[in-house]
Amino acid sequence: MRTTTPTQDFVRGIWKENPVLIQMLGLCPALAVTNSVANALAMSAATFFVMSCSSVLISTCKRFIPHEVRISSYILVIATFVTLADMLLQAYAPVQHKELGAFIALIVVNCMILGRQESFSSKNNPFRSLLDAIGTGIGFTIALVMMGGFREIFGTGSFLGVPLFGPNFEPWVIMVLPAGGFLTLGFILLAMGYFEQRKKTKAGKAGKAGKAVEATS
Amino acid sequence: MSEESKNQDQIDVDINLENTVDSAAKDEPVPEEVSTFRLVATLAVAGALAGLLIVLVNLHTKPIIDKWKAEQLQLAVYEVLPGVERYDTFYLVNDELSAELPSGAKESEFKRVYVGRDEKGETTGVAISRGESGFQDVIMVIFGHDPVSGKVSGMKILDSKETPGLGDKIFKDMDFVDQFFAGPETPLLGVKAGAGKGQPNEIDMITGATISSKAVIQIINNAMAEWKPVLDKGIPRAPVETVSAEEAP
Repeated sequence: MRTTTPTQDFVRGIWKENPVLIQMLGLCPALAVTNSVANALAMSAATFFVMSCSSVLISTCKRFIPHEVRISSYILVIATFVTLADMLLQAYAPVQHKELGAFIALIVVNCMILGRQESFSSKNNPFRSLLDAIGTGIGFTIALVMMGGFREIFGTGSFLGVPLFGPNFEPWVIMVLPAGGFLTLGFILLAMGYFEQRKKTKAGKAGKAGKAVEATS
Repeated sequence: MSEESKNQDQIDVDINLENTVDSAAKDEPVPEEVSTFRLVATLAVAGALAGLLIVLVNLHTKPIIDKWKAEQLQLAVYEVLPGVERYDTFYLVNDELSAELPSGAKESEFKRVYVGRDEKGETTGVAISRGESGFQDVIMVIFGHDPVSGKVSGMKILDSKETPGLGDKIFKDMDFVDQFFAGPETPLLGVKAGAGKGQPNEIDMITGATISSKAVIQIINNAMAEWKPVLDKGIPRAPVETVSAEEAP
């Protein structure tokens, strides 16, 4: 049987296989709507809703979906939930809906959601799929809020709309523009790569040292 | 689509290798012949269910959304027409203002203005909304027009997707917005900030958001060019039934 436990299904997406920072999926919303923390949160919430619902539904109905039309069926399910999320957001959070604009509709083509359906929900039971979707959703939220935080702090000098610096702070306008999204993502990946590299080098040295000790004893 | 699904397969394979190393072979379904009818039927049923769900939720959310939009518009009309007690909506029918639509016509097909009245029912201003291309997408603006002096009495952005931090200053930069509330004369003239000659129709444009600022000025100028001849023919007084209700005592 499967080697992963439900806990692993849940935790995996949060950091170790973070959809944005490790798998590089769902970059369009990660770059486009992270110019403030509030937008990043609204986008994450909408994506989270769509992914959880789609995962549960698809894993429940997986027996009825012929292999040949699975991608179209997944897209259909995802698109339906996106439309629902769009209408519900517009009705109950009109301000956020106005800010996010066209990006809500673009959740449909978010590779991260389709990827989870294809690689996990179509092969697992609804409970595990939900855990997986929630974990991935949290990972997506972490990545987006991280980017939104950096960009809002430097680009407008505030966090969640609360001004952090005095009136003398000159905002780095570029950080809230598209270019700032690429820069932020690049620097985050750079930092992650650096620490990963260092960890590996350390582990390698420790391993070598351990072998050396073994050899001498 | 084929390219996308190819990419998807690629991603799928990568993830599979990591997640399900030992069970990949077991989970692979044995390919069996599925009839074309079954494929079509699956998608058709799924599509019908999806449609039904969307319709049901739309029935629930549409009134809320419409109400919110109407409230926003109402607030905007009161904001751009100072000192207004209430307003009437007039449609442009055959180049004339009319409170009634021709029978059988759809409301959304007609251009309209909102005529503000003071407590005596006298016309004090006209609110006009219009959209023009900005830097990113269409900018929707509603502005107040004083038919006596020909001045602008206020301006509000209803909808804009202008660049955050630059173009969105057209509604976030109060120095820019307040110029419209100061009652400039039409047609407006956009000038570089600080380069104005003190004319009453000058608007200082925002540095770094010239296109967005110009769009706002264009909207007002174009709307005035379109509506002025109509408004000059005379604005109808308050509709009879409301007048009798208001002025009878």
